[in-house]
Amino acid sequence: MKPVDSPQVKPGGGRLQQLAVWLDHRTGIETAVKNFLYENIPASSGWHQVLGSVAVFLFMLQAFTGVLLAFNYAPTPGDAYNSLRYIVTELTGGRLIRGLHHWGASMMIVVVVMHMLQVFLYGAYKKPREATGMAGVGLLLLTLAYGLTGYLLPWDNRAYWGTVVTTQIAAQAPLAGPYLSRFLGGAGAIGVVTFARFYGMHVLLLPPVTSLLIVLHVYLVRKHGVAPAPEDEALPPKKFYPEQVFKDTVAVFIAFVILFAMAVLVHIPLERIADPTDTTYIPRPEWYFLFLFQTLKLFEGPLEVFGSVVLPGLAILTLLLIPFIDRGKIVKLSKRTFAIAAASLAALGWTGLTVAAIVTTPKPEVAEVDFSGPTDWLELSPVEMAGIGYFRKENCISCHTVGEGKPKVGPDLAASTIHKNADWMIAHFKRPSAMVPGSSMPPIRLTDSQLNTLAAFLLKLTSKNAEALQSAPDFAVEGAMVYQANSCSGCHQVNGNGMKVGPPLNGLSKRRTKTWVESHFVNPQVMSPNTIMPPYKFTPRDMDQLTAYLFSLE
Amino acid sequence: MGTDNSDRRTFFLTVMYGLWAAIGAALSIPAAIYLFFPPKLRQEQDWAEAGDVTKMVPKSPVEMVFRRNRVDGWRLLSEKSTAWAVKLDGGEVVAFAPQCTHLGCAYHFDEAKKQFLCPCHNSVFAIDGNVVAGPAPRPLDRFEAKVQNNKLLLGEIRESKETTG
Repeated sequence: MKPVDSPQVKPGGGRLQQLAVWLDHRTGIETAVKNFLYENIPASSGWHQVLGSVAVFLFMLQAFTGVLLAFNYAPTPGDAYNSLRYIVTELTGGRLIRGLHHWGASMMIVVVVMHMLQVFLYGAYKKPREATGMAGVGLLLLTLAYGLTGYLLPWDNRAYWGTVVTTQIAAQAPLAGPYLSRFLGGAGAIGVVTFARFYGMHVLLLPPVTSLLIVLHVYLVRKHGVAPAPEDEALPPKKFYPEQVFKDTVAVFIAFVILFAMAVLVHIPLERIADPTDTTYIPRPEWYFLFLFQTLKLFEGPLEVFGSVVLPGLAILTLLLIPFIDRGKIVKLSKRTFAIAAASLAALGWTGLTVAAIVTTPKPEVAEVDFSGPTDWLELSPVEMAGIGYFRKENCISCHTVGEGKPKVGPDLAASTIHKNADWMIAHFKRPSAMVPGSSMPPIRLTDSQLNTLAAFLLKLTSKNAEALQSAPDFAVEGAMVYQANSCSGCHQVNGNGMKVGPPLNGLSKRRTKTWVESHFVNPQVMSPNTIMPPYKFTPRDMDQLTAYLFSLE
Repeated sequence: MGTDNSDRRTFFLTVMYGLWAAIGAALSIPAAIYLFFPPKLRQEQDWAEAGDVTKMVPKSPVEMVFRRNRVDGWRLLSEKSTAWAVKLDGGEVVAFAPQCTHLGCAYHFDEAKKQFLCPCHNSVFAIDGNVVAGPAPRPLDRFEAKVQNNKLLLGEIRESKETTG
């Protein structure tokens, strides 16, 4: 390639141009950028060659959002979970940044795999581009390594149990197993050491290695040129800039818009904090590892290591060696029937295994609490929780603001000035104008005990917790209404409220299964002889909500 | 042909810079908000009981040590805290935050001179917290304070207003 001449000051050039020329003489930066941009590319280049640029962009975006997350994240098992909750619930924009990082990881896998698939189909790895291809496979493996190490960092149950399985698989590797296991700090249980290793790899080891490999990969692409199509040789080459750069930019922008939309719209749940004593948790890896997870199930007993280590190892080796196996000349895509067949077969296998894994994943028995939002409601008493239910049912917010928002007909319910005592409030609910002359509020037609729950909730409401309390999930609110309607607190305690005739119900999920609790409602004496608890006949929905509510209480 | 080509080129460049600017804005604005906006606080301010005010002598500062809850990022800390409580002439009790308003050193009360002295850069404060000498830019900061049943209850530290002269 012919180097671009370094810039000269043109006659009549302004101050800015003088500065640019000065800078270029000292650093060569402008010449370097121009050399990079005014590269020849084959005549057939176009929209189908944008994936590499999109992958590089996504990598930089991951680095950017990763640094932002690290600014508010404490990488130890004790703090990781709480600091992540702080990021997503208390920092403005935190949820977006985490969303970009989370979905960016998935998107990177998709783009890198598509890029590789394309190279494979076109045979772009052929002589002299073998090393470029191998560096690319290295980058794919690094991308997967980010996914694996990053999975542990939220330190919720999903992260913990997923990583338990990962480290156990690593320990199965022939010969290297014990060493790998020790390296991952996972000899025994997963704890501070494993966490430090995973975090260290994720943020300190992998990024510089990836950067170096990207530089090498791009250097090799430049050295050998973009792989031409068979008919390109007869045509004059094009310049990379501006047309191809424009196409790359448009592709990057589309990818960014999709990613941004996912970060805003698609919710990422955060589960309960990692609990090594949980005996009911069913671990599942991230979606792009599900096929490996499913492959494992096909092999039993001593053959298991074949599915977990040998087969994936052979697949990686094959990817690396493809340039040396398939050594013919570059031909038209339509003539590469074997490659197309192989790629289709791989895609089919991957899809089949992934779908099978999703289908066979059992649904959680009870509704899960989402800890990615505020969970202040977990501290409310059942009376107050039931009050949220009647608050929603009576649609109080059609006339009242709660804390923030435009003023409405009625007063702000979070204002401390309107919080009188419960008796006053109940009397007011029944005949509003009797207590507040001139009030245009219609009477609330509920029973005394229902009005009591409403008063209890409103007395708890402040402008600071309003948003958090309103985000209480429906299953818990409705469960609490069932709890309240059946006067469970006459015998049981929840969050320290209620009588102590029966056992307190916090932590029930640790002691009993859902089936046990449900059978117990129907016929208590069968499940625990000598109990004085009467039988309850709930509708299936009430039973579900009540159990889910009770199981959510720590 | 020549103008056609340069039109195309202008189009490419305009769109390219436009798209990159949009991406840059969509990333830098949330990032700035994320880094610079204070966290949402859902904790109600709680009042910490610092000490008894019945034994306090007017114009004689007492160093009160008490425990209070403080939100530190994602943690709620219960920590030891200090306040210099003074009963002023009118009988009002005020409590000064224990750090000099210059650069945050801990100051002490000089019984002989009846003044607060900061050992770092020799700032001197009067009993009512006003700056007497030294580089301190404003009077001592005060805790929000109220007296209930003869107990001094302290809330947040409020930065004092700068005074001139």
